[in-house]
Amino acid sequence: MNDHTPINNGAINKDQSNDTQGNDTKSNDPWARFRSSTRARIGLGRAGDGLPTTALLDFQLAHARARDAVHSAVDFDRLATDLSPLPTLRVHSAAPDRPTYLRRPDLGRKLDAASAQRLSADPVAGGWDILFVIADGLSAAAVQVNAAPLIHACHDRLSGWRIGPVVLAEQARVALGDDVATRLGARLVALLVGERPGLSAAESLGVYLTWDAKPGRADSERNCISNIHADGLSIGAAADKLCWLATEAARLKLTGVGLKEDAPSLPGPGNDDKNTQPGLIENA
Amino acid sequence: MAVYWRDLGRQRHRFDDLKTVMACASPRRSGDELAGIAADSDERRVAARMVLADLPLKAFLTETLIPYETDEVTRLIVDSHDANAFRPVAHMTVGQFRDWLLSYEADTVALTALAPGLTPEMVAAVSKLMRNIDLVAVAAKCCVVTRFRTTVGLPGRLSSRLQPNHPTDDPAGIAASTLDGLLYGVGDAVIGINPATDNVPACITLLEMLDAVRTRFDIPVQSCVLAHVTTSIQAIERGAPLDLVFQSIAGTEKANRGFGVSLSLLAEAQEAAKSLKRGTIGDNVMYFETGQGAALSADAHFGVDQQTVETRAYAVARAFDPFLVNTVVGFIGPEYLYDAKQITRAGLEDHFCAKLMGVPMGCDVCYTNHAEADQDDMDVLMTMLATAGVNFIIAVPGADDVMLNYQSLSYHDVLGLRHLLKRPPAPEFEAWLDKAGWLDPQRRLPPWPDQSPVVQALLGSAAA
Repeated sequence: MNDHTPINNGAINKDQSNDTQGNDTKSNDPWARFRSSTRARIGLGRAGDGLPTTALLDFQLAHARARDAVHSAVDFDRLATDLSPLPTLRVHSAAPDRPTYLRRPDLGRKLDAASAQRLSADPVAGGWDILFVIADGLSAAAVQVNAAPLIHACHDRLSGWRIGPVVLAEQARVALGDDVATRLGARLVALLVGERPGLSAAESLGVYLTWDAKPGRADSERNCISNIHADGLSIGAAADKLCWLATEAARLKLTGVGLKEDAPSLPGPGNDDKNTQPGLIENA
Repeated sequence: MAVYWRDLGRQRHRFDDLKTVMACASPRRSGDELAGIAADSDERRVAARMVLADLPLKAFLTETLIPYETDEVTRLIVDSHDANAFRPVAHMTVGQFRDWLLSYEADTVALTALAPGLTPEMVAAVSKLMRNIDLVAVAAKCCVVTRFRTTVGLPGRLSSRLQPNHPTDDPAGIAASTLDGLLYGVGDAVIGINPATDNVPACITLLEMLDAVRTRFDIPVQSCVLAHVTTSIQAIERGAPLDLVFQSIAGTEKANRGFGVSLSLLAEAQEAAKSLKRGTIGDNVMYFETGQGAALSADAHFGVDQQTVETRAYAVARAFDPFLVNTVVGFIGPEYLYDAKQITRAGLEDHFCAKLMGVPMGCDVCYTNHAEADQDDMDVLMTMLATAGVNFIIAVPGADDVMLNYQSLSYHDVLGLRHLLKRPPAPEFEAWLDKAGWLDPQRRLPPWPDQSPVVQALLGSAAA
């Protein structure tokens, strides 16, 4: 950016020729070489002490997308179509709607009565090596875009495994997978969930892998793969990592802190799963 | 154990114990509803406040909400209570205490002297009888000053934490966000990074990088990598240039155990950091974060409402003479603070309660994307807190934390509040800005043209 007004008159920085990510569209943006090293909103310029209009609206757009991701519903019919020819089962948590889901995490971890009854009565129950559960979590967009491709990629990599029907869970949190796995008789459950959206990634999917899942499992007994989205961990890399973990879990008969991720390090900027402050926040 | 009640018309509101009175007297919030301890009607909420208003302050010295025998935080509170300091208000009910706090008699000198005589439960109780403006007015009379390389908390000033987080701890990315913030004059409270990876070598790398920036420009600031306290102790043992030791803390022994800390471990960390003698004008070396909901999320609240448990965390903080403490108010999520109304109220409560107890309180004015809040709401809270004399606020580039995925304040907001309310940063830092020629004749920090020598020097040196 250049063409700024003089510094001592408190006037507005008029030049807002940079685009959404602040890339220099003229020349001499002193921040240009820094922007490749961070997605932080650096070098925004100032309108007096406020944000320039372009930066203000960029922020509002990102926040709007994040909120839409939280509050819009997953189109589970379309998701089932995307998953075909794999069989699917629909369930609902005990949280009847989104406002309740956001206030009552305990309800999002349990099946509602009708779903529980339906699963327990399922004639195909029992003996699955692995079960995939798709939970809407906090990002409908993440689930809609990334869940079906990831599950297809995993099916391709898990030949010889007895894989249960894909369970589609509405208003669901991570621990709901424990209830589902118990009722359907699966020894390993991979729960895919829409992660709490940030402004830079509203479509991020996470996967929680749990051996011998049953209600009451602690988070330390799960393995997590996070940040699966277009600018993060790719579908292929996530499937590699998940299937490696699943194979190791079946061999060692455990998941969690006892199962170390010493898979070869994976490419991509999103290969970390520590983007929360432990104990202070639930990510999905 | 006493039973409490209040008759309102034909309705008798009964409360089985003191913690039930406290929980029911709290403004409505999702965390207490999640815990199943909130008042089930608005009338019952007011009935509980009426009970509280008539309760002698002394009652909190005899009826503990969490047992002395099983909780080291309760033991700390009881054993460190200063009866002499308490004497001026010892005869008051909670309601009378509220009126006294608002009176002209309760000035800065009186409130400073009183602080060691107040327990968290007394302070939480009186906060429940206050409106938001009361919380602002009384907090504005409190003054808690701390020192390391800068002096934070002086009357009429507003300090800030520069938070240059990066999702992979990339040093170039962190440096970029740091330099950006310095151009807004942000960072006089601390330049503090939340690391993506909590291990000792990574922590040392970041500490060395921040120390290099500080010494290169000779800036009177302190830095902090917000790793676990045990990581910081090991970094000190390996000779890292560590200024402040960080730790998240909560209001019960069990919740602190969930964070992997105890009072003895915090004491050990404080001693280790003080032994480095890196502070030039003071030896407040600890930095704590707290937040309503932390104890409940660890299933460690023992039926006590989240605001009261939060206030107990300030007793933990107070024991270690911290340089900085801040509530992360909107960060923990809507299951604890559902919307902007609840976040705003909690931010003002946390600041008021901490200040009354003599704790140097700051605030991360913030929200997550699944809470019913936006930047307009943060504008309200930051302005109220700055008016209340908050020790410091946190800011990130463009209000968007790209590592923790939530929204805080922007560097712009800090500068705007400073200019609007005429509250300059810490005096040592202000002198540095002045010496560098960054202030205009009105003592403002104006926008820099990108080609100005200041910007070129700062950014050019980073590339070198």
